[in-house]
Amino acid sequence: MSIFEYNGCALVAMVGKNCFAIASDRRLGVQLQTIATDFQKIYKIHEKLFIGLSGLATDAQTLYQRLVFRHKLYELREERDMKPETFASLVSALLYEKRELAKDFVVAGTASESLYGACESMFKPDMEPEELFETISQALLSSVDRDCLSGWGGHVYVVTPTEVTERILKGRMD
Amino acid sequence: MESVFGLVGKDFAIVVADSSAVHSILLHKTNEDKIMLLDSHKLMGASGETGDRAQFTEYIQKNVALYQFRNGIPLTTAAAANFTRGELATALRKNPYMVNIILAGYDKETGPSLYFIDYIASLHKLDKAAFGYGSYFALSMMDRHYQRDMTVEEAVNLVDKVIMEIRSRLVVAPPNFVIKIVDKDGAREYAWRESIKDAPVIAS
Repeated sequence: MSIFEYNGCALVAMVGKNCFAIASDRRLGVQLQTIATDFQKIYKIHEKLFIGLSGLATDAQTLYQRLVFRHKLYELREERDMKPETFASLVSALLYEKRELAKDFVVAGTASESLYGACESMFKPDMEPEELFETISQALLSSVDRDCLSGWGGHVYVVTPTEVTERILKGRMD
Repeated sequence: MESVFGLVGKDFAIVVADSSAVHSILLHKTNEDKIMLLDSHKLMGASGETGDRAQFTEYIQKNVALYQFRNGIPLTTAAAANFTRGELATALRKNPYMVNIILAGYDKETGPSLYFIDYIASLHKLDKAAFGYGSYFALSMMDRHYQRDMTVEEAVNLVDKVIMEIRSRLVVAPPNFVIKIVDKDGAREYAWRESIKDAPVIAS
């Protein structure tokens, strides 16, 4: 039993023209059993910073709490939000990993292999927010349909300089 | 393997647990209470290793009481659930508690709520939840018959359907169950569903 396949997750993020989108599935499972279909995997750190955490749900929750704690302290000291690059350094320091800055898309989770394929074929650089939303949604839904541990809908955030749109996708509910 | 399940109704929450204490092939007793009253308006149903279950739930109960003594006001259900998750998460990579928990409570401001906390400290707020082998039947029955804002009568009807399903379909089905309810008037025992009664103890 791998801890990365215990709860099930699908995460994808894409960069567009002056915007980005991040999407996740909504399933919380315990191996073969589905516990919930509204489980949050993308967390907001501040208005322009979101982090998706895949893998073991308990660790994702613990890590999120630690990151929010560190960010709140930073905000109090610096009187401003953390820049994404700074936050990425913080996350990579916590995870002892060297971060890779992708210029197009990143994927994670039990459906990551399908997601790589879907994103590679559907992605175009410099997409506008609406097209980016369509692309990321299609990539997510088609990938989770091939993974029994993720799915039960989708959760998509599209972030532009002026606004953040949050949308729920209805996919195959199995 | 122990069955615990729970659901949220119109302005109450119900938690049900089996009441058998099992060691290997032996059934020690059939009236073990696995649903602890954390405070006046909170229920914690727990399943898992017997020693861990008793010790951990008592630990949480005493800490909830301590908070109230120190601060003069009780914890909300969400706060109690997050505290419980924190304790489980801290112990997880040292000496994990093998206890699965369904925490239900009633808060004046937010009404009834139910939290699923498994033994590796995954926390999720839900309308219905179940643990153990009985969960395979409980979740299916609840998925089929559960509705939002059920009355106590409808909810207990559903609970009885679930218990009937567990009794008839689980090969090592527990004989007895305890049902506890929490609403604006507090947390209390609602009923027992017994198919085996322990022999009465004769005082010598």
